[in-house]
Amino acid sequence: MTYQLETAAHPETLRRVAIDPVSRVEGHGKVTILLDDQNKVHQVRLHIVEFRGFEKFIQGRPYWEVPVMVQRLCGICPVSHHLAASKALDVIVGAKKLTATAEKMRRLMHYGQMLQSHALHFFHLCSPDLLFGFDSDVTKRNIVGVAMAHPETAKRGVLLRRFGQEVIRVTAGKRVHGTGAIPGGVNKALTIAERDELLKDIYHIIQWSRDAVQLIQKVHTQDPGLYNSFGIFRSNFMSIVGNNGDLDFYHGTLRARDDNGKIIFDHVDYQQYHQYIEEEVRPWSYMKFPYFKSIGKEHGWYKVGPLARVQNCCQISTPFAEHERKEFVDYAGGSPMHAPLAYHWTRMIEMLHAAEVIKELLHDDDLLGSDLLVQGERQMEGVGVIEAPRGTLFHHYRVDENDLVTMANLIVSTTNNNQAMNEAIRHVARRYLHGHEVTEGLLNHIEVAIRAFDPCLSCATHALGKMPLEVELVDPEGRIVHSLSRS
Amino acid sequence: MSAPVVIFAVGNPSRGDDALGPECHGQLEKWLENENLADQFELIEDFQLQIEHALDLQGRQLALFIDAGANTPGPFTFQRIAPATGAAYTTHELPPEAVLQVYLQTEGEEPPPAFVLCIRGETFELGEALSAAASRHLDAAFSLLNSLCRQPSLAAWERVATPVSG
Repeated sequence: MTYQLETAAHPETLRRVAIDPVSRVEGHGKVTILLDDQNKVHQVRLHIVEFRGFEKFIQGRPYWEVPVMVQRLCGICPVSHHLAASKALDVIVGAKKLTATAEKMRRLMHYGQMLQSHALHFFHLCSPDLLFGFDSDVTKRNIVGVAMAHPETAKRGVLLRRFGQEVIRVTAGKRVHGTGAIPGGVNKALTIAERDELLKDIYHIIQWSRDAVQLIQKVHTQDPGLYNSFGIFRSNFMSIVGNNGDLDFYHGTLRARDDNGKIIFDHVDYQQYHQYIEEEVRPWSYMKFPYFKSIGKEHGWYKVGPLARVQNCCQISTPFAEHERKEFVDYAGGSPMHAPLAYHWTRMIEMLHAAEVIKELLHDDDLLGSDLLVQGERQMEGVGVIEAPRGTLFHHYRVDENDLVTMANLIVSTTNNNQAMNEAIRHVARRYLHGHEVTEGLLNHIEVAIRAFDPCLSCATHALGKMPLEVELVDPEGRIVHSLSRS
Repeated sequence: MSAPVVIFAVGNPSRGDDALGPECHGQLEKWLENENLADQFELIEDFQLQIEHALDLQGRQLALFIDAGANTPGPFTFQRIAPATGAAYTTHELPPEAVLQVYLQTEGEEPPPAFVLCIRGETFELGEALSAAASRHLDAAFSLLNSLCRQPSLAAWERVATPVSG
């Protein structure tokens, strides 16, 4: 664990390569690389525009508005914010235990979101890299390229994504701006017609998810030299885990392990998260760097998301996904796998688990119940945590006696992975760029490493014409000597 | 049975002028009800376009994408679009041309004729309201939209569309 390549000794003497924004990563990301005259790499940084104005956006609002309005923080994972906020506000309204119908409706919504998000990432964002190679023609490296070369794979990606969106629609009430979860429960149950409609497709969805795991396992194991080492760094990892240490995306307690898999903390009630996690500010990035307080800034950072979750849990409750988890653990050889490209494999195991859980829930009559809401003794403060597709997501609110939010603190999944992503691209820069002429194919290696984490940046501003990819080479005097741009 | 015309309105209501799409959606929904035209159109609002929107093109005679534009001509542009591959290289969201291309590749047939109504926005910060300039642009675009909805035919839409340069 080092901060090598974070800060160059004499940046004024180096030329600068900027990848701005990082393509196919939600929102605005920017990578800057400082090179000397021999193309030796001296500094690599991933900058991400933080969710600006989060707190200002939320503070002063009535708490019951929050689960709906936080969906607008992010157009890609609105359900994650919706549910994390709802869980925090459950605490505020004193709802210590939700009704069975409410909890299962929320779970169904969340697992639908997990399925659609993982499907999108695998079939749309990363499969071009995996199917065509990191140096492939830029015009192929997108879903359209996949569709042309592998039409059935592409179509499954579309249908998996659509199914997950449909689960969200029937649980949240609408395709976007849903209001399904409210403080203390939900505002609707499933109808028999909605359930039966989803049941028609779920068995295909499970089979396609199983096929996707097989596909990525094959891709990974056929080229272990690349997949086990590309962008590799060792780190701690963290997630919530459910009862008995099960993989659980919706609820549980915090567990963290070190890079060897040894437990750092376990069974931590996330209401107390601030006693375990601190966020560091660095002058060169808007995004904070969280770390475990007990270990300190230098060695206490960690990764979250599928690779952390699948290795942090003791088992998975559904049979097909558990079988695949064991295969993965066996492949890793009994110690934690740290290779960033293994995120793809574990992401597909999670997608399969999500599909299996959805099937189980659809066979559970609690989803058709009418007992939707509980309340208890009003509290002034609450924390909600879920495992969002990209990793652990924290929402923390204080509410005054007039029901207005006075404090909001969010630690989003991508912030949790901030140092980890920086380490991954520094490794890639050292391995592939150092001493070489910079080409578009080499720059894509940087993006491949970032995409493995599926970072979610503030993406909901997406207006036409706003997202070109620009790469600039700047000489030591600051003059642009070469530039590339595409939109 | 699908409505013959699908209209996608795209944007985030809480990010300044990115709300142009949702605003347009809300106004259009009411207007279509008042004009007794609602059954001819399916309106779909979303934060951004994605691969699954290709499925919403199935069985349509016409498709329209309404979105805010940054650094695009004001007050709006209205153009016919075609499936395109290169335009997809951006982020998790897809441009309308790429949605058409996904349809082409996954359905194995040409997508319905499609147009983009791109309304110029000015600011896109979280928590901002629609700017005054964007409101004016929306009014101008909505007049065109009304005439398009009164004549939902390819010939009528092509007559008012701006030719695509280049």
